[in-house]
Amino acid sequence: MSLQPLSTAAEKATGEDGSPSGPAPRTGKPVGNARLRRAVRENLVAYLFLAAGVLCFALFSWYPIVRGVLLGFQQVNFSEPARWVGLDNFRRLVDDPLFLTAWQNTGYFTLLALVFGFAAPFATAVILNELRHGRSYLRMTVYLPVMLPPIVTMLLWRQFYDPGPGLFNNVLEVFQLPAQQWLESENLAMVSLVLVSTWANMGTTTLIYLAALGGIPGELYEAAELDGASIRQRLWHVTIPQMRFILMITLLLQVIGTMQVFVEPFVLTGGGPDDATVTVLLLLYRYAFVYNDFGLASAMSTLLFVVLGLFSVVYLRLTRSKG
Amino acid sequence: MVGMSGISRRQLLGSATAVALSLALTACGGSGDSPSGVDKNGVVTISVNGMPAKTQAVDRKNFMEDVAAFEKSHPKIKIDAREGQMDPKTFAAKLAGGQLEDVYYVYFTDPAGLIQRRQAADISKYTGDVPYFEDIDPALMKVFKDAEGKTYGLPTGNYSMGLLYNRDLFAKAGLDPDKPPATWEEVRTAAKKISALGDGTVGYADYSKNNQGGWHLTSWIYSMGGEVATKQDGRWKAAFDSEAGRKALNALHDMRWTDKSMGTRQLLEIADVQKMMGAGKLGMYMAGPDNIPTIVKQFEREYEEYGLAALPGTATLGGGDGFMFNPKASPEKIKAGLQWVQWKYLRSPERENVDSKRSQKTGVPIGLPQPRLFAGEAQAEIDRIHEQYANTPVKNYQPFIERNAQVETKVEPPNAQQLYTVLDGVMQAVLTKEDADIDALLAAAAKKADTILASVK
Repeated sequence: MSLQPLSTAAEKATGEDGSPSGPAPRTGKPVGNARLRRAVRENLVAYLFLAAGVLCFALFSWYPIVRGVLLGFQQVNFSEPARWVGLDNFRRLVDDPLFLTAWQNTGYFTLLALVFGFAAPFATAVILNELRHGRSYLRMTVYLPVMLPPIVTMLLWRQFYDPGPGLFNNVLEVFQLPAQQWLESENLAMVSLVLVSTWANMGTTTLIYLAALGGIPGELYEAAELDGASIRQRLWHVTIPQMRFILMITLLLQVIGTMQVFVEPFVLTGGGPDDATVTVLLLLYRYAFVYNDFGLASAMSTLLFVVLGLFSVVYLRLTRSKG
Repeated sequence: MVGMSGISRRQLLGSATAVALSLALTACGGSGDSPSGVDKNGVVTISVNGMPAKTQAVDRKNFMEDVAAFEKSHPKIKIDAREGQMDPKTFAAKLAGGQLEDVYYVYFTDPAGLIQRRQAADISKYTGDVPYFEDIDPALMKVFKDAEGKTYGLPTGNYSMGLLYNRDLFAKAGLDPDKPPATWEEVRTAAKKISALGDGTVGYADYSKNNQGGWHLTSWIYSMGGEVATKQDGRWKAAFDSEAGRKALNALHDMRWTDKSMGTRQLLEIADVQKMMGAGKLGMYMAGPDNIPTIVKQFEREYEEYGLAALPGTATLGGGDGFMFNPKASPEKIKAGLQWVQWKYLRSPERENVDSKRSQKTGVPIGLPQPRLFAGEAQAEIDRIHEQYANTPVKNYQPFIERNAQVETKVEPPNAQQLYTVLDGVMQAVLTKEDADIDALLAAAAKKADTILASVK
């Protein structure tokens, strides 16, 4: 179906200087209305499809967000009307001894995820891009973990981390290194979770980087090679500057994504040992589904929403300035 | 292409599609039932959950047979049976969306919170008509009552924590399977001997994740003669920073680190431990009798392989399950629901006879030492029927039956789930850190627990 873009109709209705085109109107309003009616009629299908889309978003995205924010200021039991409690939920949140721990742990996870998760896909993409043979096979291999359902990934890694007969400790044993308590040690637990997360998610980012690498003009490398640039210099002076924008975007998306970490601590550690892996989302889940306190959970999600919103604003500004 | 003269056929079709899409999206399911749930013939339809999943073919068939028999004997009641039990993840959504069953399943940890949040109907007015209501164990009824004595539900199952053990591993380790440990010292010795068998065998395992560590630590503390929370001058305070708390944690610490009889993998939860037991790699763990059929069914084991002893010490944690009623259910639905719950779960001796006979034939376990729902004569009669049709090795549960009555059964503390979260951390620290400072852990946890308990009315 060929649909006219909405702007075309508007453009048609006005002259080059923005004034209404065609014979001069006796009074501006009726003719304007007629043109508007015509524009609407001509694009009726587009508007109806748009309405369906807007309705979908309104119902399934915007309404839950607004409702979630409102719930943060209410006490609800879902069998009686909600009761407004002002900032009570937020006060109770701050009083929770785990509140600060959860934010600190989430910040730590995000930081570690950047250290591992940001560098690893970039390095992998650069290496894959340089390869002459087996590139497609390796691309698929790198992307394979993304195709596994998260719960399968977690259970698989739980076997790897098993302090008894687990894969990692077996490997350490081969090199005569001491066995580690991967998930049971307060110091190692978060690092172990980040490793799983990085392994599970790096495929997508690697593909984005590979696409970006493919878009860098070959002449730049040729010129650099003619100037006698080494691989490291080519990477530093050509690849990274050319990919600066995409690197910045994935960095922000990764911050937004990793701050919402949930499955890893939920399945692998349950927030332990000794609260070392309690994250914001895990605590939020407990408020809602263990303690059944939706007001408290919504207050927490509102806070998270604000923090992630700030990152999203930066993201939007960056993408807009590029556009 | 858009024609100048008006709307084209294609446009019309497109509009119709968009409108249909929008309508489909906005259409919300409405049941169309009358609020009382009674139709013009005077038949009341009640939705109930607790129907076994399709994968449990025998249980499901028995359940459906019961539904048919109940509807036959109660022609004015129709049962709309639904799968599933209490799921905290969907409970609030179902209640908010009007999808919560009229009669819904709960664990003993749920009623206090549900009553406090007014998410269950007050059924006090209707219990007078329930047969055998007066015979129900008052300790179990207490779980479903509020401070004013109003009733909000009925118990249909109960357990108290004991010690579940693998009889084969006991024999292999040179221990007598008919004389399981009766003190924590004996548990420690037995665990050491069992783990000495090697090949990844673990002597004793315990939970420490997803609130289950706190749940079991509570039972440990009770068994050492302590309390988790006590009421002082009308206010609840944490009570586990005590000698009993220290004794419980020291026992766990010593088994984990000194004897190394608790294996290396920690942060376990119920499914992990049941799997270890089902794989024949675990000697003992703290559990109620209901764990035995789960392990036997899930891991295709034999009932003969397992024994059950009472929990060492002076007290144990008890729990169970039951049914509560939708706060929006009409009086007619509540009355019908009460009849269903009583008929199906709080059976008369005649029904118990029919059920037990069928269970014996279809392999549903009969003869486990719990649940015991009634007090006095009613329970004695039911016990006699169970004995007659037992299809599980009752002698394996004798160590539990003989001593469990002397072990006090205590209920869960108020705000149990929140407290369990705090105690999870303590359990995790002791099981994952060899140099865990037990005094400091208890003191810090007590401080957190006091904050949680401050909100208990």
